[in-house]
Amino acid sequence: MSGTDARVLTISPGTRSRTSITTFCALLWSGFRRYATYRQATAAGAFTNIVFGFLRCYVLLAVAAGAPGGRPGGYDPEQLATYVWVGQGLLVVVGIWGWTDLSDRIRSGDVAADLLRPVPPVTAYLAADLGRGLYGMLTRFVPPVVAGLLFFPFKTPDRWQTIPLFAVSVALAVIGSFGCRYLINATAYWLHDARGPLVFWTLASGVLAGLYFPLRLLPDWLAVTLWVGTPLPGLLQTPLDVLVERDGPAIQVGLVALQAVWAVVMVKAAAVVQKRAERKLVVQGG
Amino acid sequence: MAEPDKTAELRNPYLALLGGKLRSMASYRTSFAVELLTNAGGTVIDVATVFVLFQAAARIGEFTLAEALMMTGLTSAGFVLADMTVGNIDDLKRYVRTGTLDAVLVRPLGVLPQLVCMDLPVRKLLRLIVGIGVLVVAVGMNDIDWTPARVLLLVISPLTAAVFFGAIFVISASLAFWWVESGEVGSAFTYGGRDFASYPITVYGGWFRAVFAYTLGFAFVAYQPALAILDRPDPLGLPAWAGYMSPLVAPAAATVAWLVWRAGVRHYRSTGS
Repeated sequence: MSGTDARVLTISPGTRSRTSITTFCALLWSGFRRYATYRQATAAGAFTNIVFGFLRCYVLLAVAAGAPGGRPGGYDPEQLATYVWVGQGLLVVVGIWGWTDLSDRIRSGDVAADLLRPVPPVTAYLAADLGRGLYGMLTRFVPPVVAGLLFFPFKTPDRWQTIPLFAVSVALAVIGSFGCRYLINATAYWLHDARGPLVFWTLASGVLAGLYFPLRLLPDWLAVTLWVGTPLPGLLQTPLDVLVERDGPAIQVGLVALQAVWAVVMVKAAAVVQKRAERKLVVQGG
Repeated sequence: MAEPDKTAELRNPYLALLGGKLRSMASYRTSFAVELLTNAGGTVIDVATVFVLFQAAARIGEFTLAEALMMTGLTSAGFVLADMTVGNIDDLKRYVRTGTLDAVLVRPLGVLPQLVCMDLPVRKLLRLIVGIGVLVVAVGMNDIDWTPARVLLLVISPLTAAVFFGAIFVISASLAFWWVESGEVGSAFTYGGRDFASYPITVYGGWFRAVFAYTLGFAFVAYQPALAILDRPDPLGLPAWAGYMSPLVAPAAATVAWLVWRAGVRHYRSTGS
């Protein structure tokens, strides 16, 4: 990623891994600090997550009460409650909605400044996004989970390896989500305004990531197609299924592996698209 | 800017505001088409969710799919109507932060009507058709014992629901007068209220139901009218005539909204920028 084929001159980032790790961490920290300044918005958002947690939790518990065997999609009521509340907590951590930084900078032409930096844009944005996710994990994740715990019985994991696997799965969800968002935003390189693709993304990602209802409620063939054929279940459904131990240990690990494949594919795709875009980029206004 | 129909526009300045909006929309046709489709898609997904959930359970909160769909239909028709007319009041926090509101305040026109006309979302038109379509399907799926009172209730309920949601939109937006960074708090009551009213309220538990259904009044958006239309006794014990209370609840909510809005505009101090 030396940027030799880019029209805009880039300074080669070099190969010294220690400096690049330090840079990566500095960028990550800057992302963390940036979101830490929006304290009131954090409180307001957490309140809304909690209200939606109540709404979705009650509806799914009523579905469980009416379902034959009381296990819709193979989840018992405690698993469903955990699914909903942890899902509300992860929503902002994974950040499927509302990230338009890149497309805004493309439209305004500010992206030119990103290309002059000695770090490839995808890496720099990924670092900042991980910082954003980390801040979300410390602030936005906790309130809905605590609220849910106060009012509903949760499923506690039976296997110790579930916890580290969940942590890995959340990290992969953030990376996968970043890849998707970068690609959607990058359409602005060609369209100048990514609003259309962004609206489509908002619409599809919520329902197909398993936010409105667990995807296991869909017919099997459809659920499997979504899982294998799209990165979307990896953004929310996979970490939640891992945490509530919906499947046995083998499938649990398998789902995370599939999620990892999709995360790598999406970030690689973002890097490729970025390269192509740099080749054709004409900065707005000169 | 000299248009031939200038005199007509001067006679009705709101018409001028709307005309400007329509002209700007006509110049971005593709973007308009995309917005038209995606807006309708949102409602389609909400309704599809109801179908998916009833796929897993034949009865949810003691109601069948057909009965629940009646509530979903009334809610979505009413919500979309409100969203189309006053929904963009959501942007108030942006107007307050950027100072656009000052420009609105100095004009010799009503503040609320101006803000409504600043962005009439024609792009939500398809969504309205979907919303009303759901209600029509719901009416078809149920075996209703029609009486003049029930026909009237069916026609009037989406309108009272719209007035009610409109009031909720205005109240949530007014929050920005006191708290600019209120962010998503309003959505908990607008979109959250829509989600709440889309399902039979028997699914919700205890105090949460008490707050949303009876204190805030969301039970009267769709649940009570639907019970009255379907001639079903309320499992929660309210009498049958409660369904006919919505036309009273909606104006009450609108009055509260008007008072909150007026207090907000009076409280407003420009950011000065």
